[in-house]
Amino acid sequence: MKKGKSVGAKSLVKSLEKAGTEVLFGYPGGANLPIYEALSRSEIRCILSRHEQGAAHMADGYARATGKTGVCMATSGPGATNLVTGIATAYMDSSPMVALTGQVSRGMIGNDAFQEVDITGITIPITKHNYLVQKASQIAPTIEEAFYLASTGRRGPVLVDIPKDVQTEEFASQQERRRSLEGYNPTMKGHPGQIKRAVSMIREASRPVIIAGGGVFLADGFDALAQFVETTGMPVVHTLMGKSAFDNRHPLNLGLFGYHGRKIANTAVTKADLVIAIGTRFGDRSTGPLSAFAPEARIIHIDIDPAEIGKNVPAYLPIVGDITNILPRLTELCSSAGTASDHQKSWLDNLQSNVSTPPAAGDIRTSGILRSAAEVFQDPIVVTDVGRHQIAAAQYFPVSSGRTFITSGGLGTMGFGLPAAIGAAIGRPDKEVVLITGDGSFLMNIQELVTARETGVHIAVLVMNDSRLGMIQQLQDYFYEGRFDVSKFETDIHFERIAEDFGCSGIRVDSSDGLMKALNEASGNDGVTVIDCAVGEEDHVYPMVTGSNLLELVEGGAQ
Amino acid sequence: MKHTMSILCDDTPGVMTRISGLFSRRGFNIESLTVGHTELPGKSRFTIVVEGNDHILEQVRKQLQKLIHVIKVWDLDLERTIEREHALVKIEVGDQERASILQLITALQARIVSSNGNIWVFEITGDTAAVDSAINLLSQFQIVESIRTGKIALEEGSESGRVRS
Repeated sequence: MKKGKSVGAKSLVKSLEKAGTEVLFGYPGGANLPIYEALSRSEIRCILSRHEQGAAHMADGYARATGKTGVCMATSGPGATNLVTGIATAYMDSSPMVALTGQVSRGMIGNDAFQEVDITGITIPITKHNYLVQKASQIAPTIEEAFYLASTGRRGPVLVDIPKDVQTEEFASQQERRRSLEGYNPTMKGHPGQIKRAVSMIREASRPVIIAGGGVFLADGFDALAQFVETTGMPVVHTLMGKSAFDNRHPLNLGLFGYHGRKIANTAVTKADLVIAIGTRFGDRSTGPLSAFAPEARIIHIDIDPAEIGKNVPAYLPIVGDITNILPRLTELCSSAGTASDHQKSWLDNLQSNVSTPPAAGDIRTSGILRSAAEVFQDPIVVTDVGRHQIAAAQYFPVSSGRTFITSGGLGTMGFGLPAAIGAAIGRPDKEVVLITGDGSFLMNIQELVTARETGVHIAVLVMNDSRLGMIQQLQDYFYEGRFDVSKFETDIHFERIAEDFGCSGIRVDSSDGLMKALNEASGNDGVTVIDCAVGEEDHVYPMVTGSNLLELVEGGAQ
Repeated sequence: MKHTMSILCDDTPGVMTRISGLFSRRGFNIESLTVGHTELPGKSRFTIVVEGNDHILEQVRKQLQKLIHVIKVWDLDLERTIEREHALVKIEVGDQERASILQLITALQARIVSSNGNIWVFEITGDTAAVDSAINLLSQFQIVESIRTGKIALEEGSESGRVRS
């Protein structure tokens, strides 16, 4: 190759390196082989998943655990469509991700060529932005832009589709031209006037509550939130995505609110006269029926995305910007305005009367297993799948604040857990990673056990195996006259055996005696340990809202 | 309520799909959509007329504003907006009709842009109501085909619209 000339694939790899990419999760195919060839001469670590969906969730899990942008890659056609669920998952939870796809050569696009799909068309509604690169000289500026978009403002996935002949096209390096992004200016700084107004609203309130959402996690606003709470003394409830926004063991943390929220948390929101919503989009799983949501409260809505303001719940006072910019300024003004009023203190005392004693753990029950696990694993990253175990994890596995609780909240993607745990473990080798999953979810991406084994990550997998789709049964029981035909699995799968066949360790636990031993073993093992917990037929996961507002909930108590 | 949105955006492939997708996924039928170049190189302006719930359309406006290629979105204030539509109407003109149709054309300030035997094409320009009534009046004759552009609109005053939040 002549001096001053470059090739598309090489330029791509150079751009990835420049963007700080350390790991790429992917799967090869005919249309991305030039890129893999260029990657073979790079420091970037390539993780081979066993399904493109797994690669996407790994990149997502990596991004959530580290705060860096996760990168995944697939070939054209089916490779690209297999990424779709993973991209949508990242989109719904605003996770920064760059997804690369190979595309058939330019001359064949639109001809229904072998392994051709219009992946930019398919992913328009589930990406923050996407690109079809038409010239090799455009690869570098496009990748730079993709990383910039994915990791700034409200984060999200960006897809870059690169035709095979663009990957192999030679071009003169000076042809690379930057473009301007005139239409993209995320607001980072909160409006000073709005912040001042918020302070007086906080001072006037007698029953305030803070809702901590996933935005605190995404913005790394943990310290900012903790200082705000400590200074003002206001109670905190959290959404599922905001579980690790604030230390779960802190006395001012009232826990999860919403559809599966704790009574005290739901009471706090419903009776509050001031709701300070921080980085939450008021998803329907947390608000319940909107007409009965926080009926007595004025709402201060802090979010980086102006489109979230007033989308579901009218905001009395919106503050658009980055939490790490707004909260410290709010805290400072609140601290000079004095501490919590007497009203606020009695509000807290009143709320405490709604604390329900957590039900005692039975033998091998999800709640009991999770409580025991929380004792064994020290400050781990908890990753969940989707279903009954997910809500149980939110209820019974306390975590400290930080990037310590990773779950598919928005899209609710079964099969997210294992690959996301692998991505998290690769991104944070210093942390213990505990995957809490169910037999339904685990089976959806179980092939990634091979990837876990090959990457040498340390993950403890707790499978709540009841041979059924628990959350589905719960819904069928309440709302569909208990017709369980499709939610009961006929085959009792031994996941410990599957784990061993994939080269991981496996332990089956069917009594409480074996549980602690298995947990300690999993924590001590270097690699992947799958604990197949034969939990039998379980009770439903409670609390669960069954009525027309957040206070009409079933508390349960058998677990 | 009926809304007229004006969108200034980059002139780039796919921008139309991104914009129209935000309406269609909410089940809104776009009544008319026009797009063309502006005085700014590399920029296009859309005028979109759509009817729907005000709250949801406000949400659409915010989502449009989030699109990377969209620079600015205005929900136009119709009180101070100049709007125009253009229509071409092809009519088969009978021998006895010539006089009356020419009279009508003059009254409507329409123009004949083509006459091929007894097939004539008329051009009409005006706001939506004017074009509506012109076509309505012409429909007493034998309309063979007709087409209208949909509305283009600009707000009066020095700036082409204000962002209403």
